[in-house]
Amino acid sequence: MGVYWAIAVRSFRRFSTYRIATVSGAFTNTVFGFILCGVYLTLWHERPGLGGYDVPDALTFVWLQQGLLMPIGIFGATTTSELGERVRSGEIAVDLYRPTRLLLWWLSVDLGRAMFQLLVRGGAPLLVGTLVFDLRFPSRPLAWVAVAVGLVLAILVSFGIRYLVALSGFWIMDSRGMDQLALVLSCFFSGMILPLVVFPGWIGEFARATPWAATMQVPIDIWLDRNPGGIGSALLFQLGWILVLLIGGQLVTSLATRKVVIQGG
Amino acid sequence: MWIRSSMAYPASFVLMLFSSMLITVMDFVAVVLMFSHISSFGGFSLPEMALLYATASMTLGFADLITGSIERVGERIRTGTFDAYLIRPVPAFVQTAADGFALRRIGRPLQALVVLVFAFSRLDVDWTVARGIMLVVSVIAGSVIFGAIFVLGAAFQFVSVDSAELANSFTYGGQTMTQYPLTVFGKEIVRAVTFVVPLAFVNYYPVLFVLGKPAPLGLPSWIGLLSPLVAVVMVALASLAWRAGLRRYRSTGS
Repeated sequence: MGVYWAIAVRSFRRFSTYRIATVSGAFTNTVFGFILCGVYLTLWHERPGLGGYDVPDALTFVWLQQGLLMPIGIFGATTTSELGERVRSGEIAVDLYRPTRLLLWWLSVDLGRAMFQLLVRGGAPLLVGTLVFDLRFPSRPLAWVAVAVGLVLAILVSFGIRYLVALSGFWIMDSRGMDQLALVLSCFFSGMILPLVVFPGWIGEFARATPWAATMQVPIDIWLDRNPGGIGSALLFQLGWILVLLIGGQLVTSLATRKVVIQGG
Repeated sequence: MWIRSSMAYPASFVLMLFSSMLITVMDFVAVVLMFSHISSFGGFSLPEMALLYATASMTLGFADLITGSIERVGERIRTGTFDAYLIRPVPAFVQTAADGFALRRIGRPLQALVVLVFAFSRLDVDWTVARGIMLVVSVIAGSVIFGAIFVLGAAFQFVSVDSAELANSFTYGGQTMTQYPLTVFGKEIVRAVTFVVPLAFVNYYPVLFVLGKPAPLGLPSWIGLLSPLVAVVMVALASLAWRAGLRRYRSTGS
């Protein structure tokens, strides 16, 4: 157990050294935050109450989304990209020789990264947004606890998906195609390009059942207290997907370990 | 050379091309989904939004295809590979822009073309020769303006080597803005993108002219015609900035 904690701490420290990237990334988030606010203000002006959100909800969504996309890893994350690279190059063999579990190892690495980015970048766009707009904040102390739990669960769901994508390199020789596909699915179904509440009809219902919905839409809805079915069912939804993805991930790891094909050698 | 290496694995290339088209078209998918609830966005109907999106995306796509690699100049300076460009008898600018030429970037203009065809099929425009020429010219001028912004961002990297992402927020952020009618961002922003960073001339004013809509801020309706002029000015600015940056880099005793 101690080794995984040590990995997470070192990963946290490693990512804390990327200072310039962190600042310029936060700047980009802020710029896009303002652009999206302009768009959503217009949209919600045309259709007030769209998707059950009012204007403060929609604007808060934007600023939360911009802050959370990096920590949660909606566009992928350096950590799992590195894992994918190691699978492609064959260096994964070294990882498999270690007396540690591959999935837990990389989960610790990813959590270290995510915690750093969450603490430093997660709130930055929201801070800027509050100065300019009238945003919504959780009111009850219990709500804040739910938000914290929801965020951690979201990171775990996202890791589960990214881990599987990275390991696909064991079977698909050029897994960059998988990376791209995963990126498209993640952007679309997590609520990155448009809040899932705006998706019409069955498209919306389908989208909200996907694991990607658990990565961004669900934690933001917990913050806004807009989960259909309440916070409890939202957290259970996330937990459900974590179980499926991590058990699946462990299964895939066992299969892969048995069938190690080393490329580039 | 880069084109040939991309085509070495044709199946992989086609897959990457298709994925890049899919990734870039998502912004328009968002617009289509929005229009399942509304019929007008900032005074624009869906086919009109499609025209705006297609021109915004196509111009950035061409600029990205031709000068996109230039945003990595900071990385090359940091790793020292930029100095190799300075020794060769080809202008450093050409080398930086051409190195890493990614043919798959043609995915963006391609999906923009698809959306453009959709726009034309649904648009109710009184097409005149003037409007047709305006559209073609504006796509070229718009691409040049975006290209100049890419180069300006790259030139700034001579001053601050790690500022690549900063420039990105202007180019890709700018492109995201131009997908929508700029008036939704408020008067101050419209002024900023007209007189400071001339993003409005990339597609917004030309499209207003084509659709016969009035221009904001009391500007004349033919203001879209100034796009080529704006493009020339931007090219001049960008080339000055690049030369200044290069001179500064050389003079620091590298």
